[in-house]
Amino acid sequence: MFKRTLLVLSLVLLAGMAIAACGGGNDVVVIEPGEPIHIGYMLPTSGGASVYGESAIGAMNVLISQRGQLLGHDILLTGEDTECSAEGGETAAQRTVADPTIVGVIGTTCSSAMTAAMTTMSESGLTVISPSNTSPALTNPDETWQPGYFRTAHNDLFQGAIAAQYAIEELGASTAAAIHDGDPYTEGLATAFTDNFTKLGGTVTTTEAVNKGDTDMRSVLTTVAADSPDVLFFPIFQPEADFIVAQSVEIPGLENTILFSADGSFVAPFAPSAGQAALGMYFSGPYVTGDKEDTFQADYLAANGTVPPGPFGEHAADGLGILLNAIEAVAEVDDDGTLRINREELREAVEATTDYDGITGLLSCGPKELVPGVTFRGDCATGEALGVFQANQAWIDSEDAYPPDVLWTP
Amino acid sequence: MKNTLRQRIGEQFSLITLLLWALRVGVFIVVLWGSINTLASGRYEASTWINLVIAGLAQGSIYALIALGYSLVYGILRFINFAHGEVFMAGAFTSVFVAEALERSGFFPKYPILTFAILLIVSMTSSTVVAVLLERIAYRPLRNAPRLVPLITAIGASFFLQYTFRGLYGSGFHTYPEFGQLWGVWNIAGMDIQIVQVFVFLASLLMMAGLYLIVERTKTGKAMRAVSEDKEIAALMGIDVNRVIVITFVIGGMLAGSAGVIRGMYQPQGIWFFMGFHPGLKAFTAAVLGGIGNIPGAMLGGLFLGVFETVGPTLILQGLGIPAANQLKDAIAIIMLVLVLIFRPQGILGEKLAEEKA
Repeated sequence: MFKRTLLVLSLVLLAGMAIAACGGGNDVVVIEPGEPIHIGYMLPTSGGASVYGESAIGAMNVLISQRGQLLGHDILLTGEDTECSAEGGETAAQRTVADPTIVGVIGTTCSSAMTAAMTTMSESGLTVISPSNTSPALTNPDETWQPGYFRTAHNDLFQGAIAAQYAIEELGASTAAAIHDGDPYTEGLATAFTDNFTKLGGTVTTTEAVNKGDTDMRSVLTTVAADSPDVLFFPIFQPEADFIVAQSVEIPGLENTILFSADGSFVAPFAPSAGQAALGMYFSGPYVTGDKEDTFQADYLAANGTVPPGPFGEHAADGLGILLNAIEAVAEVDDDGTLRINREELREAVEATTDYDGITGLLSCGPKELVPGVTFRGDCATGEALGVFQANQAWIDSEDAYPPDVLWTP
Repeated sequence: MKNTLRQRIGEQFSLITLLLWALRVGVFIVVLWGSINTLASGRYEASTWINLVIAGLAQGSIYALIALGYSLVYGILRFINFAHGEVFMAGAFTSVFVAEALERSGFFPKYPILTFAILLIVSMTSSTVVAVLLERIAYRPLRNAPRLVPLITAIGASFFLQYTFRGLYGSGFHTYPEFGQLWGVWNIAGMDIQIVQVFVFLASLLMMAGLYLIVERTKTGKAMRAVSEDKEIAALMGIDVNRVIVITFVIGGMLAGSAGVIRGMYQPQGIWFFMGFHPGLKAFTAAVLGGIGNIPGAMLGGLFLGVFETVGPTLILQGLGIPAANQLKDAIAIIMLVLVLIFRPQGILGEKLAEEKA
């Protein structure tokens, strides 16, 4: 009796797996008349990085309501929470590829989530455009990159370079230390910073690391303080970055060290949480300017009732714009309005995007040789939209004063 | 034949002993080598080490307060309440809203001590309510089930609590207002000592002393010890076992709640629904390290873990030339736990458990 149950169970399981496998192999998405074009997102909607997810979703909704219909179909946006972790990225990827109606995906926010999701997403045939992954490894075919992945955020090779340039040329620093948290984004950016800092003639005293979840930073700060570096670059997230800023005032040897963080903690709640110790610290991060940006900010405010709580909303809107244009280009429309979208052709159309006139600038998604001898794939942005910011008293007093005005652009 | 068998056993025994001794000597040499290298490099002044030890004691006393909750429950019910980290989170997360409101209304700057008392009461109450509900709903129906069942339930309860609080209070970070009085330094013998660290240490000691008095000097404490020895006999002696178990959860919850506010004084940032997970793991480590079920053991284990974690990476790992040593902080804590369990399976202060208890 028991054996038979077991047999039936395993057969059911086998059948389920076979069906799932078929689902994964569908390479043409068919959209019947009256059905929406389904775009998925994989963004953090919980935890410290949820401000990025919120900004991206808000921005995409603005674009969708402006576009109205595409080829006679509504645009539907649904998504999965990736948190800001490898596990979250993996889970979100599994759930996204299981939905055969999804045409393309906007995500992820965190490089760690994308690193974990890359293989699943690429094998599914879907096109993924990230608004804010910045880890250099993600678009390097020798490291993490796999077909189908694109991003509208800058590669951190650019951000690391401008942070190092600002530290040396504008702050007059000659020594620097860096702290990351082992995440592909933080480690990639810390390395890009230290490499460029050394290249520009500076000395890197230490590269240290903390764990996500640590609350006591005194021990790592003590290690850093032993050399009293001019600049401490820590491109990590909340809440670990808050602890570093707040506890740095206690550590002898860091009195004259300039604190410098990056877009990972350049979010509205950061300065009020880190407190008075954040006054005057620097951030590198995306800086978007121009008429399109002014219109975007006004539209976002009108639609969502607030300004974007974090950066990269513009990048999400541009990513979605590129995706929608590519869909428009490759979709075959039947007489009754049925759409047929070949996923492989969609990838090719996104890659062929040239000079897309977005909020963040002119974007082209083809291969680029960013480092001599290494051709990066999927980088749509080339790092023009970056700047350096400084925390002021108004922002510490209230997150409504975010973001502070840009201080410097390369 | 008999003789050779005995010889063989003898040989095997000595081989294991030999290996253990080799491991002991090996660990000792590695620790000594790393420490000497670091100290000889002269990178750090003596005052740096003292500051690190004090910071470690402060961090460790927060672990200790949470660890006591694990240890108390284990002592009575012989199971690991893995949701205890969430009990800690419940207190800290609830009272941060009160703290923020009191700061906005201007009450806090005027009456900081009263504010502290209010926060402590709010935090301890919410943690206690969560702990008692946990016992009543999740654990009591499973009291006579095999031991693995309440353990799995506890893990489930842990997730349930995290996401309930996320639903209640949102997923963002909150920050305690800074108690200005605590944020200064005392200059003692030319050394700057952070007042807040001394405060955290003393406040925790006070809580732990109170617990010790309850367990050792009161009738309730006596009943707790009796139930811990043998539930059935204790019941036969007229002790209301259910009541004692609830009291144990109440005490564990109060300690975790106080740890929540103390953590908020010491590290005001990063109060959110997931904040209980890491301290929960560390406190569990501390409880096992000190000898689970043993109250002074949990205190000692917590302090020991805190100091080791703060000083260890700098002192030992840097001397061994390991880059980014501070990232291995948790690895140090776990390696230490493994070593203690190899050489002293019952923990630092734990007594050998009788067969049926173990």
